[in-house]
Amino acid sequence: MSIYVDASSRVLVQGITGREGAFHTGHMVKSGTNVVAGVTPGKGGQALEGDLAGVPMFNTVRDAVKATGADVSCIFVPAKFAADAVLEAADAGIAVIVTITEGVPVHDMIRVTNSVRSRGITMIGPNCPGMITPGGAKVGIIPANICTPGPVGVVSRSGTLTYEVLHALTSRGIGQTTAVGIGGDPVQGTKFVDVLARFQADPATELIVMIGEIGGTDEEAAAAFVAANVTKPVVGFIAGQTAPPGKTMGHAGAIISGGKGTAAEKIRALQAAGIAVARHPDEIAEIVAGQLGR
Amino acid sequence: MDLFEYQAKRLFGAHGIPVKLGEVARTPDEARAAAERIGCPVVVKAQVLTGGRGKAGGVKLAATPDDAAEKARTILGLDIKGHTVKLVLVDPAVDIATEIYVAITLDRAARRALIMASAEGGMDIEQVAVEKPEAIVRVHIDPAVGLQPYQLRQLAFGIGLPAPHHAAFADLVTRLHNVFEAADATLAEVNPLILTTAGEMLALDGKVTVDASALYRQGALAADRYDGDLTDAERAARDAGLNYVDLDGSIGCLVNGAGLAMASMDVIKLFGGEPANFLDIGGGAQADKVEKALRIILADARVKAVLINIFGGITRGDEVARGIVAALGNIATDVPFVVRIVGTNAEAAQTILADAKLHSGATLAEAAQKAVQLAAERGAA
Repeated sequence: MSIYVDASSRVLVQGITGREGAFHTGHMVKSGTNVVAGVTPGKGGQALEGDLAGVPMFNTVRDAVKATGADVSCIFVPAKFAADAVLEAADAGIAVIVTITEGVPVHDMIRVTNSVRSRGITMIGPNCPGMITPGGAKVGIIPANICTPGPVGVVSRSGTLTYEVLHALTSRGIGQTTAVGIGGDPVQGTKFVDVLARFQADPATELIVMIGEIGGTDEEAAAAFVAANVTKPVVGFIAGQTAPPGKTMGHAGAIISGGKGTAAEKIRALQAAGIAVARHPDEIAEIVAGQLGR
Repeated sequence: MDLFEYQAKRLFGAHGIPVKLGEVARTPDEARAAAERIGCPVVVKAQVLTGGRGKAGGVKLAATPDDAAEKARTILGLDIKGHTVKLVLVDPAVDIATEIYVAITLDRAARRALIMASAEGGMDIEQVAVEKPEAIVRVHIDPAVGLQPYQLRQLAFGIGLPAPHHAAFADLVTRLHNVFEAADATLAEVNPLILTTAGEMLALDGKVTVDASALYRQGALAADRYDGDLTDAERAARDAGLNYVDLDGSIGCLVNGAGLAMASMDVIKLFGGEPANFLDIGGGAQADKVEKALRIILADARVKAVLINIFGGITRGDEVARGIVAALGNIATDVPFVVRIVGTNAEAAQTILADAKLHSGATLAEAAQKAVQLAAERGAA
């Protein structure tokens, strides 16, 4: 079992002919993901080459869904077109929309996240690495070779920090149900609490790893949710303990403002909810191994 | 991107919000000339991108043009929380009867714009939020329908504003919301919003933060962008397309990915060291970008050791290794490097780096400990 995506997912890619889109879709195909369609306006009907050979191209998401039954979309379009791409996917009936694109204006995401969530559609991102269900489907850019199927659910605001943790888990022989990168922007389609609820409901997930960082209050909300609703063990980590206030640390959402959103506050909240918090990334896999009795 | 008070009030004025905007001065002489044109008394206000100007002596009343020049002399060059005052705003003085607080901000948790108003104007709103949370009235804006009249009434009645001022207040808040939307703002604050003794409503001070991701469609605001608070290293990094923040420590960091870069800093601290910077080279960086990043790190004389931590995904280990070799060949330095490259093309990276005199670590913890030890040996505090 897994959450959001699995081997039955029919994935379409918006922006499949761009540099990033083509490169990462190639890796999605190679890792066994069922990529059923590509969408680039004006390139409908064109033949793709290399790893993407045989993936049919469409001008609109509506055409692609009609012809292929796609139910998951992965978006690589440039930031100024991202909001439009998400709404196009939502209107075409896509159930899970993953937006990899970085640098999307936050006002666009206020409009879009409210619109798609009100329709019960799952939107992951923007500014995220996407997600992977090892052995099932990879939707986004998380390297498949550092993952393996198993009992741990991973949710994170980060990209490469998540790869570190996946690599450490896999190296110890500890696999994952699904790893979800929810993204580093201030307004995200999916927050920690949404993913935690899914992992709690997923029978195959035995333990959850949650990787947060400075900025906002989503980790505190997640801690409260875990205390009230999650019976599975949770291992946490918060990046940015040494980050100065008032500075954006790479991710648009990673900023301590008005004294709020510090790592210390978040770590306190997680610990108060009974979550084991690792002091550094290498320790996450150690704690997980201990808790799983490996 | 934060706007100066004068930029914020200019923007307010353009959207029909009542402001009395004077003139900006860079020297005492300019301040005198401005005061003459405006008519005294005037208020001379430091233009810095931080709060707490008043307490720091950055806002002063001047009775005459000469006095304005004198006040400008004392304010220009002041250091306010690490920001040097290079500009003052000379504004006409007004008689204040009432001070109100009103702001529109992004509520990340609610994914909506949030209007906050309080009768406790002029105060630090974060202090009000802690000490008197009931004094702040909040309304969220549904992006599908926008700001509604009933919400304006909730705000006006909620802060106990006398009825004769409700229409002016509703108009001002509506226009402030227009500013918030039109400028892609994540904050549009008026503090204080005042009623003069004559009963006139005015935005006396303003703060606006514009979403950096939206600058491509905010031409005029982007063109006015102030980067005087950036260090030379931060400016060079921005021009090179690197995410970089200057810090005070002795261990330079070069990492791919923001979360991993923060975590790498944290691990340095955990093992007793201090990071000299945050640096995220981004995804898929090529060798030349890595070399530029190392140049920026090594230009900082406080750096006693460098930690390079790469988890290859889109970023290829061999590209980073080539950048390191190029940097070592082109920059004269005896600062030791601790290099950890894992993931995509890590083996190729090891081959490229085989002849370079580098330290390594199998894990992040090991590499960070090594960097802390090397920095300490070289006299890092």
